[in-house]
Order: sequence, then C-alpha cells, then structure tokens
Amino acid sequence: MGGKTLTAKERMAIPRAKMPEQNPAARAANFEEVPFGLTPEQAMLEAQRCIKCRNKPCIDGCPVGVHIPEFIALVAEGKFAEAAREIKETNVLPAVCGRVCPQEIQCEEACTLWKRFGGVSIGALERFVADYERNNNLVKIPKKASSTGKKVAVIGSGPSGLTVAGDLILKGHEVTVYEALHEPGGVLTYGIPEFRLPKKIVKAEISYMERLGVKFVMNVVVGLTTTVDELFDELGYNAVYIGVGAGLPRFMRIEGEDLNGVFSANEYLTRSNLMKGYLFPEYDSPLPPGRRVCVVGGGNVAMDSARTAKRLGADVTIVYRRAREQLPARGEEVHHAEEEGIEFKLLSNPVKLFGKNGRVVGMECIRMKLGEPDDSGRRRPIPIEGALFKIECDQVIMAIGSGANPVLTKTMKDLELNRWGYIEVDENNRTSMPMVWAGGDIVTGAATVILAMGAGRVAANSMHAELMGLPQPVTEES
Amino acid sequence: MKGTIVTNEQVVPNLRRLVLEAPAIARRAKPGQFVILIPDAEGERIPFTLSDWDASEGTITIFYLEAGVSTMKLTRLKPSEAVHTLVGPLGKPTEIEKFGTVLLGGGCYGLGGIYPLARAFKEKGNKVIAILEARTSYLIYNEDRIRGVADEVIIATADGSRGVRGHVWEAIKILEDRGEKIDHAHFVGCTYMMMTSSRATQLAGIPTIVSLNALMVDGTGMCGCCRVIVGGETKFSCVDGPDFDGHLVDWENVFARAGAYVGEENLAYQFHQSRDDGAIKDDGCKNCGKEAV
Repeated sequence: MGGKTLTAKERMAIPRAKMPEQNPAARAANFEEVPFGLTPEQAMLEAQRCIKCRNKPCIDGCPVGVHIPEFIALVAEGKFAEAAREIKETNVLPAVCGRVCPQEIQCEEACTLWKRFGGVSIGALERFVADYERNNNLVKIPKKASSTGKKVAVIGSGPSGLTVAGDLILKGHEVTVYEALHEPGGVLTYGIPEFRLPKKIVKAEISYMERLGVKFVMNVVVGLTTTVDELFDELGYNAVYIGVGAGLPRFMRIEGEDLNGVFSANEYLTRSNLMKGYLFPEYDSPLPPGRRVCVVGGGNVAMDSARTAKRLGADVTIVYRRAREQLPARGEEVHHAEEEGIEFKLLSNPVKLFGKNGRVVGMECIRMKLGEPDDSGRRRPIPIEGALFKIECDQVIMAIGSGANPVLTKTMKDLELNRWGYIEVDENNRTSMPMVWAGGDIVTGAATVILAMGAGRVAANSMHAELMGLPQPVTEES
Repeated sequence: MKGTIVTNEQVVPNLRRLVLEAPAIARRAKPGQFVILIPDAEGERIPFTLSDWDASEGTITIFYLEAGVSTMKLTRLKPSEAVHTLVGPLGKPTEIEKFGTVLLGGGCYGLGGIYPLARAFKEKGNKVIAILEARTSYLIYNEDRIRGVADEVIIATADGSRGVRGHVWEAIKILEDRGEKIDHAHFVGCTYMMMTSSRATQLAGIPTIVSLNALMVDGTGMCGCCRVIVGGETKFSCVDGPDFDGHLVDWENVFARAGAYVGEENLAYQFHQSRDDGAIKDDGCKNCGKEAV
C-alpha cells in the first residue's frame, strides 16, 4: 500500500486503528502493559488516514509541537525509524508520550478528522515508531552542536528536567541532572505504574540521554545535600533549571487518617513502582495486598492506585465527590479501570475513617450533590446533610492531589514563590533569581507529563538564548 | 566512591558500627540529622541517625541493631564493598542552644545518636549530663566518646548489672532527688524509652525533644509514610522532624505506626534466611506427612 496515493475520501473510509489489549480479567492479575501496540501493517494503514490538511491543527494541539503530519507520512511509507527520529527533533521521550499523553484533548482532538471520523491515532503511532526504533536497535545519536563551554545543572529527573537536559545537550552545553531518589525518571519511575509505562522503557529513554552525554547524579537532595548557591559558586554551573515536581502529598485532615493502612497515593505508588513492593518478599519494601481498598479521588493518580491495588488482589472502590462527567482522569483510564472491575462510588466524600488496633477498618462517607460551577468551571459538590453511609475497607489511598514540596525552595531566600509555595516564573520560565529557571509541577501544581515537557522546552530555549547572549525568545503567555 | 564501607564491626552483641565513605554528607551533616540507605538492589530505603561524621576524612558513622532483613544485609557487607544507595543529610538539624544544663538520654542505637548532640551542646556552653541505657552492662557502648564530651555520664541497666537499676526515666528521678536543675532534655532511642523518659520530664516540667524514628520511604516529604501526630497536628518526621516536642507526641500512634509491617518484616526475614540456608527446597512436611512437590 506504501506508494499508492489515496483520495481524501478513501483515507477517511479506513476505520480508526485500535491497539489490541490484554483482556481485562487477565490483566487485572498481572503488572504487564495493558495495550500491545500496533503491528507494522496496522500502523501503516492508520497513517494513511492522515488527510495531510494544510493548517496542521495537530501540531498546535501538541504542547511541544511535534511535527505530527511529517512523522505520520514517514510511517505511511514504512520508514518507521525515520519517523521516530522526526519526532525526536522536538520530543525527547516519544515512547513515554505515546503512552501517557492525553492525546484525546491535545493532538488527536485537534485533528481535522476528530469530530466525524475520530482523529488519527497519533498516540498509538508515536508509541509504535518509538518502540520499533528501540526494539530493532535503530536508535541513532543525533549530531550535537559544538561545545559552548557552558555548564547547566538540572534539578529533578522527571519529564520537564529530561526535556531541558535533552534540548540543551544537543545545543552544545554540558548538562548534569541531579535526582533525589536512587533511580532517575521522577514521576515516570515512582508514579506511573508498570502496566501503563513499563520501567524498561523509562530506562531506555534515560540511557539514550546518557548516550547523548547527559550526566545523571542520583541521591542528591538539592536543598540538603547541596544548595543552588553551591551549584553556581563551587561547581561552576552557569545556569540552573528547577524541575522538582510538586511532591507534597495532600491529606483530607479527617479523623483516622493516621491509622495504619492509610496511604497517600505517592506512598502507595512509590512502594509499588520505585521500590517494587508488588514483588515482595523478593524485594524488601512491603506493600501488603488489601482485601477491600478505597481510593479517594478521581484523577489519573487515583486510577493508577486503584488498578495497582486491584492487581494485588483487592476489591477496589473509587470514592469521588463529584459525578462521573467531572472525573479528571483520562477517559481511557476510567474505562480501563471499569473494565478491570473497579467500583465507582460517585458523589461521595469521606468524612471519617474508623480504626481497630491502630489499623483502618472502614470509612464513613457523605453523599454529595452538584451545585453551581466553581472556579475550576466544574459544578461544586455540596454535602447532603445527614446522608451518611459506611464502607468497610482495610486500606485507604488518598489520591487528592499534591502541594509544593518546600525542601528545595525554602533554602533559596531570593526565589519568589506564590502563596501556595509554587515557584513564580515569567513567560520564558525564568524565576526571580538570575540564571535560574523552573518548570513542571513545581510551577503549575500537579499537571501532566507533556505539560511539564512543554515548560521544559520553553525554559531550554530561554536558557540557551541567555547562555549564548542571544535575545530572549518571544513566548506567548499561556 | 560514595557509600563504600570503611568499617562494619560489632561493638556489642547484635549492635554494629558502620563507617561509610560519604564526603558530600559528611561536609554538611549537623547533629540530629539522618541518612537513608539501601543495602542492595532489592533493598528498602531505611533511615539511620547520624552518629558521627568527619568532613576531612569524608566519612560518616551510624550504629544499627540487626533486627530484620535490611540490617541483616548490612551486617554482611564488608569493607570496600558499598551500599546500593546512600542519601543525606536529611531532616531538620537539632536546635543547639545554650539552655544551661542539658540532659541527654540514649538507648540502643541512641547511644550512638546522642554523641553528636552531647558534643554540640557542650560546645555551645551547656552542662551536659548523659544517661546511657541498656538491658545489661555489656550492651553499653560508645561510653568513652560520650564521656569525652559530657560533664557527667550515668549508666542505667535494666538488670542492675551496672549503674542505676532501671531505665532512663528512673535515672532522671535520681537526678531530681539530688536537686539537679535540668533546663532541657533530648532523648534518642527506642520508642518506649523516649515515651517513658518524656513522661518523666513532663512531670518535672523539663522541656523535651525526642528524635523520632518513623518508617520512611523517600525521606524528602514526598510520601507521608512517616507521619506522626504532634500536638494534634499531623507532621512528617522526615522534613518537619525528626525532632519533636516529646510532651506533645501522640505516642500511641507512634507505636501503632512503627508496627505497621511487623508481619511482613517477619515474613521477609524468614524468606531470606531460608533461602540463604538453602532450606527453601521442599522436603515435604514431617508433621502432616505432605510429600515434596
């Protein structure tokens, strides 16, 4: 089919590709990845669906501006490795983004075909070409600009830090990434479960960055092991990027939250993903399987926690205070969770946890109704007086968001923060301190991998300009 | 290399002194801070109180009791081998001020942990009285070093084999009886010792700090595993502590949370020991007659 030119009508007649998946009953008992990925034939057929429209709205829909129609055209020709390289011009983590980006509200939603035919499966194609390139050992190291002699320190090895590192190393700067934990990747490593993002893929992306020349230093908590001042004054860095994530778990401040069996989603997911608690006792960090687990919250982190608990053998209920339409999680995640047998208790909010011998045994909730829209534009949940009910449970996972972790920022007296403790930046992600940039969740509060990468891209361009004495890029205030 | 073992020796039965190469930590360490280490690639992240450090040598010292899988793995590490991960210094440093007379109480790993406190309080111009607690006389260690910086050292043993018969709180009573005016107290050791000692100082009206030893995962405030209730408020030991007002700590909660994984800890210990002994092979069961599978 490669060389044949199809008419737009013929292209639109091709049914939208769907990745085959593990069946729900099987996957609810293992930690293997859920979708299998497209076959080369499926990918080439799906790529034919792109009608090559002139205005390329998909690119505008992508926070890092991946050259989407260009890479899809290469897929259609069967040039998969070339397609992967085309993506890598603007996105250092295609295998990750192909899996965890919410394409349905970004590139795919922007696709001209979206409304009538369903957008081109850009995410599945991105994942396919990145996997193809990696699995066939076709990963090439791009040519770097000649050395500028400038040194950049990146604090935090999550998606925004990796983007900054990847961009700046190609521009000829010397880049070192500092990570507080013992494995690089930030939320990609400790937060997102194996069944959604296999850790071998994160490792491969990191090793690609290492081959580009990025240095990774683990087990350094900037703020405690060293300080930003020392990075400049003693280690001779010319610029610093702060991408440390939000990293302060929120609790509800209700009675019983300090009982055993009550976890923040951060703790639960870190025990599972980073510490491999689901392989206990082969690995030493315990993550005891619950019998009945309640997960409080309705975002992607809540879905990840619920699906992890399910895989450990629990009956799982998601308790969310608004209605189904307001669930902040991706539709695909909610769908997967439902397929796996996770129960949703909507319009319900915990008010109290019960304990016995120091261990949680149940939760009291109040029913909610929806009122007028609040600041977020979503209808405000209002408790229905007296409408209390109990759920029996032996584990509770609080997945209600994160705040700004102050470990680093409190050691930087001249760094301007907003009233919630997040770092204030301008449209180029510059902070109030000279030669210090910041981006990702420590600026915006908890958001997505790709938005953090978008912020990293903006910062990297600005850092490069500043380091080279060029005018600052003109960036639209978002 | 960072995390390389310089010394790993038993100082008293089951309690070991570990000296590690860690120049970056040694350089910044302050009394009251801790490190997190992982013994090997499958290991867990465990916090240890810093008991000494030498910035010029680039080394740190911790003391540990072999009590589970992680510490069993630590025991087996030999000089020139390295732990998998070592990070720090973590936590808020202890506030070292001139209080007047400072009482330090240590037990178990705390006999190591109170040494840097004794040194710092002494340097600040305090009179330092240290109570060293153990079950029996031969379990007392680090005594010479503490004697080197403290004005007075009192030994308390549960069996009365040396010094005061009893625990730290009983030694505090003796100090009170002789009319010693104590302005500040700080306890490092097992939860029971810190709780009973805090009760004694509360009755005597002595402001008291305890260095809690909660379970942790990341140790940087990210997970909330180490939460404790202090004065009715939930705090994170790793970033808000580990030092807290001993009179405001909810001890019942500290005990409960410390025991959160006792079942798993025992299971893991047996799992590793049986695997190491080669006993994991199935010989069937002599009691019920089940045959090997």
